[in-house]
Amino acid sequence: MSALLRSRAFKRGAIQTGFLVLLVGLIIAAAVVGRTNILSQGMATGFGFLEQTTGWTLSFSVIDIGPRSTYTRMLFAGILNTLAVGLLTLVLASLLGLIIALMRVSTNTPMKIVGGTYIELFRNVPVILQVLFWYALLTHTPSPRNAINFGNIAFFSNRGLTLPAPALSAWDVILLAIGAVALAVAFRTLALQFSLRQRFLGCIAAFAGLFFVLILTGRAPDMPLISVPELKGLRFVGGFTLKPEFTALLIGLVLFGASYIGEIIRGGLLSVDRGKLEAGAALGLSNPQINRLIRIPLAFRAMLPALSNQYVWLMKGTTVGIVIGYPDYFAVVSTSINQSGQTLELLALLMIGFVIINYSIGFGMNVLNERLKLKGRN
Amino acid sequence: MAIAALPPPATQTGVGAWLRKHFFSTWYDAILSLIFLALIFWVVSGIWTWGLRDAIWTVENRDACGHGVGACWAVIQDRHRLILFGLYPYEEHWRSTLACLAVIATMILSCVPLFWTVWRLPILWIVGFGTFVLLMRGGFAGLPLVTTEQWGGLSLTIFIFSAVFVLGMPLAVILAFARRSSLPVIARVTGIFIDVFRSLPLLTILFAAAVVVPLVLPDWLQGDKLGRVIIGFSLFFAAYQAEIIRAGLQSIPDGQVEAAVSLNMPFWSQVVDIQLPQAFRNTLPSTINQAVITFKETSIVTIIGFFEVMASGNAVVGTGEWGQQYVEVYLFLAFIYFIFVFGLSRYGAWLETRMRLGHG
Repeated sequence: MSALLRSRAFKRGAIQTGFLVLLVGLIIAAAVVGRTNILSQGMATGFGFLEQTTGWTLSFSVIDIGPRSTYTRMLFAGILNTLAVGLLTLVLASLLGLIIALMRVSTNTPMKIVGGTYIELFRNVPVILQVLFWYALLTHTPSPRNAINFGNIAFFSNRGLTLPAPALSAWDVILLAIGAVALAVAFRTLALQFSLRQRFLGCIAAFAGLFFVLILTGRAPDMPLISVPELKGLRFVGGFTLKPEFTALLIGLVLFGASYIGEIIRGGLLSVDRGKLEAGAALGLSNPQINRLIRIPLAFRAMLPALSNQYVWLMKGTTVGIVIGYPDYFAVVSTSINQSGQTLELLALLMIGFVIINYSIGFGMNVLNERLKLKGRN
Repeated sequence: MAIAALPPPATQTGVGAWLRKHFFSTWYDAILSLIFLALIFWVVSGIWTWGLRDAIWTVENRDACGHGVGACWAVIQDRHRLILFGLYPYEEHWRSTLACLAVIATMILSCVPLFWTVWRLPILWIVGFGTFVLLMRGGFAGLPLVTTEQWGGLSLTIFIFSAVFVLGMPLAVILAFARRSSLPVIARVTGIFIDVFRSLPLLTILFAAAVVVPLVLPDWLQGDKLGRVIIGFSLFFAAYQAEIIRAGLQSIPDGQVEAAVSLNMPFWSQVVDIQLPQAFRNTLPSTINQAVITFKETSIVTIIGFFEVMASGNAVVGTGEWGQQYVEVYLFLAFIYFIFVFGLSRYGAWLETRMRLGHG
């Protein structure tokens, strides 16, 4: 008996060791071949190139960059671009998805038809085709000279939508963001002393105060408070321009994502046990109260896992931006590979970047899931 | 003392009640109904006048295009061969058509429950896919050889899709069993592999397969770019599909496998006769959903330089001749994808109802 056990354990150990040896062998072989191939092409290895200047720049960036920026800064700008369009997509697609889902579960037939048609249309066409379509539509608009003019303050042309913007520096924006987070914390912690309305109005007033202080201080005396775009030659000066690359990618991802998120939310709403809703009605709750207190909390719990998968998917979907020239992280890495030839190193950075972004989304959603999970009996 | 009888409840049937319930149940419902009815009317009439009534259908009338009247479907008439077949030699287009029909027939046949056995389904796919490759490649019986560089358009899309399916499905089964293996090293390594592939965008994997893999492989192992990209795509598909199959395997009660072991069934027979059929049947809707996603994602290979249906459509728009007709071309492409994807997802929905009714 013991001999049999030992031989079985031995067999299991042998298989696993063999598997590991094979795996490590393959990796080493690939590394050796890669090294000889790279050396024979006269390329350098290592991460030293990250400190060199790029000599090229990006058409769109949240932070300040130029041809003299280092590769590190350029890659960082790429990550920020991905996050900018990705996070905005998640928020807008969730809102639109919620509207579509509510339309589909209502008893109103015309709304149901519109919601259903929307889902079928946008879910069944590849996102990359949708993005290309919006980009073509946005760039076939008039040139800046013949721009569509909204009362001389906002312009829509093939260079994008140019809007007047408050004259805030990058630091002001960061301070505003910190202020918003602090107020959100205050909103939660002040729960007992004040009513909901008082807390809400107080936070809005505090944020507006911070905004005005920032806009009135720390600027050159002759600078206007609000920068209004103006046509100078062939382009607009001043204001804030929403580039067509960014807008097209955002529209495409939001419309596509909303069709999936809408179905997830609808599934969640329909999964709520009818008996619980009827119990609410029997206790004399009104329809909005039933929705707010029973239906939405229960539905939210049911749809959270699917929603977090969809969020990860949308974040990965931002990579199609390269097809219209939006410089997201993938596009920046791809250009860097072309320019510097550090293929393996940059690819490793690319994969690490996406693994980190997606694991953070998964982690955040898991924390939310844990906190929302029904305590005790489900 | 007699209590006065209540009046009968308002009628719950008939056109009036139906209208009240579905259109005018409250005053804001009535307003919303009217707004959305107006929206539907506006869109439908717009599609009718732009897309059908005022449209220009033939190349002879193309001078009228671009004057703001209606759709210019002449571009499709002029360039449908490029969109559907890419750079495939003009005289051989019938082969491409036949090959695509063979794969489409395979897809439709594999939706029929008659073929849902462990042997029939793989054989069906191998035959269908083999027919496709033989017809497309040629080089026998007087058919001229057409290499994969010349493949393009819809047939390349269908080729990539079916190749990914044929390669990825067995791989997914292997990965699913490896992840459930009782050998910790194998289960752990497979788990890491699956999780990493699932957290990467497909585009980065295809890009790595096309550009980076040649760096780490010796020359004799590199194959052509299309082959590498399909293998990368299959690994991505397999990582997702493996999780679906694993969920299906987990839904099988332990007692069934224990019964098989106690009957001294060989491991192979346990897998093929007991575990796999149930795992697949339980997860059919998710599998179809994965197929839908895969079909849409074949469009991503455009970015790394393959001339599939979206790239060929884009090429039509890229020329000066038809540059203004981008809406028509993109709508045509969307229509092609829509037919495949909508058909598949309707089928998935039908299966789901069928399974809920207990026929599964």
